[in-house]
Amino acid sequence: MKIVVQDLNKCFLERRHSIRFLGQCPPGTECRVLKDLNFCIEPGSFTCFIGPSGCGKSTLMRIIAGFDSASSGKVLIDGEECSAPSSRHVFVFQEDGLFPWLTVWQNVAIGARHIHDHEERAEQIMEYIDLVGLAGFEGHYPHQLSGGMRRRAEVARALIVEPDILFMDEPFGALDFVTRLQMREEMVNVHTMFDMTILFITHDIDEALQLGDQVIVFSDRPSTVKADIKLDFPHPRDLGAEPLARIRREVYYLMGLHPAL
Amino acid sequence: MCLPAGFIWGGVMRPVKSLLGFALFLALWYGARKLLDVPVYMLPGPSDVARALKEMAESGQLFESAVASLYRVTWGFYLAVAVSVPLGLVMGRIRWVSDIVNPVIQFLRPISPLAWIPIALMWFGIGDKPAVFLIFLSAFFPMVVFTVSGVAGIRETYLRVADNFGLRGLDLYMKVILPAAMPEIVVGLRITLGTAWLVIVAAEMIAVKSGLGYLIIDARNSLRMDKVVAGMLIIGVIGLVLDHLIRLLERLPWVEWSTRRQ
Ligand SMILES: Nc1ncnc2c1ncn2[C@@H]1O[C@H](COP(=O)(O)OP(=O)(O)O)[C@@H](O)[C@H]1O
Ligand SMILES: [Mg+2]
Repeated sequence: MKIVVQDLNKCFLERRHSIRFLGQCPPGTECRVLKDLNFCIEPGSFTCFIGPSGCGKSTLMRIIAGFDSASSGKVLIDGEECSAPSSRHVFVFQEDGLFPWLTVWQNVAIGARHIHDHEERAEQIMEYIDLVGLAGFEGHYPHQLSGGMRRRAEVARALIVEPDILFMDEPFGALDFVTRLQMREEMVNVHTMFDMTILFITHDIDEALQLGDQVIVFSDRPSTVKADIKLDFPHPRDLGAEPLARIRREVYYLMGLHPAL
Repeated sequence: MCLPAGFIWGGVMRPVKSLLGFALFLALWYGARKLLDVPVYMLPGPSDVARALKEMAESGQLFESAVASLYRVTWGFYLAVAVSVPLGLVMGRIRWVSDIVNPVIQFLRPISPLAWIPIALMWFGIGDKPAVFLIFLSAFFPMVVFTVSGVAGIRETYLRVADNFGLRGLDLYMKVILPAAMPEIVVGLRITLGTAWLVIVAAEMIAVKSGLGYLIIDARNSLRMDKVVAGMLIIGVIGLVLDHLIRLLERLPWVEWSTRRQ
């Protein structure tokens, strides 16, 4: 799915203005979150969004997914403007989204409701559970799993839908460092195995550089595109080697950080 | 062998400790009567009550009364749950239904079920029906409130995930909303069943001629205080058993998750 974002603006109405200025941004109030965004995402690519906390990354993702609407500008998905959420767009939220009252198997089955044949469904569910390395844990409840395993189960539930676009909003933010590195590696594998567009929010510059075919850096609010970087490097990537090391330094500087800190 | 102190004190000793509590209670009862020289018609002693229990058990009166009370509570409670939980689920999800129904429920809720006795007798005559109706009233209003609050407290993420995966209608209710609200519903069931048990005894004192409430009133009328206290004991024991039974629900995966979530 090719995603084109054109002149996108998003303003949140402040409460006291909400009646008088319904639907448009009242001049002079600080409610603008996204400002004149323009970028383009290639079909089947892995795109990372990075930017300071609160700059509007989640808001942008919700707009692209159709859960929220833009104040002006548009989002074209394969040339068509999208307005409503579609089951072809699956979200993995930052916080735990597994249903704790269902086992891993039953959770993954939530994503497999489009498969009507019983046997095939069961087979597919096991296949995806196996794919994320949770075979043997299908009967476990989320509270019986570690944080990384819960994330994996969630990824399996999203993948089984075979979505056109997979949205991931800081999916590994709450995991410990080592688990996060493992999940990164698995995301690379997942992306090579499946033909889908992945949008991935992270606050971790290294994570973005290791995963992304494209990295979009946002500024602070009101958020603009500070840099739109294409990364045409094979995996696994060594961020210490040139030219990635140079790009990494540049991104650090863009975000107002020192790379050698 | 070395067992952690917590295991002995918190695990094995717990039933022993609650038995100890009952033993103290009995000793206090027995001792106070002896010390203050209380006559049987003011407060019978443990041995008088034990004798009365034996007498009533042998005559079958105890069993009949308990069954009559339990029958009414069960019916009233089940009917109330069957109506109030679905209503609460819908009210919790659909704003305009709640806006219309909620004020009426909040208005009726503080009226004691006992205040309905005259109406219940007018409508249903003498027998099980008015008692079942009163139990229904005592359980219905609180259960609606508990269910609505359970639905209102569902984590936003679960609803967004459900929306994202296209869960709608009955699927949405059965897979997400009901289980997500279930822990609070079970708390409601527990409290409500306790209330229903309180109400049935009071209702039977006025509205019917059988059951544990009637047994107590009947015993009082024939000045058998030992039977009165025996009836009270049985009411307490059955209340405990009911509470334990309903707590078994807490072990269902639909309910257990809330206590296990990190
Ligand atoms: N529903 C809303 N109403 C008003 N302001 C909002 C709303 N949602 C988000 N915002 C504001 O928009 C900004 C961007 O939020 P968000 O997209 O969550 O940031 P990020 O994901 O980049 O951390 C925040 O400053 C937040 O205060
Ligand atoms: Mg965010």
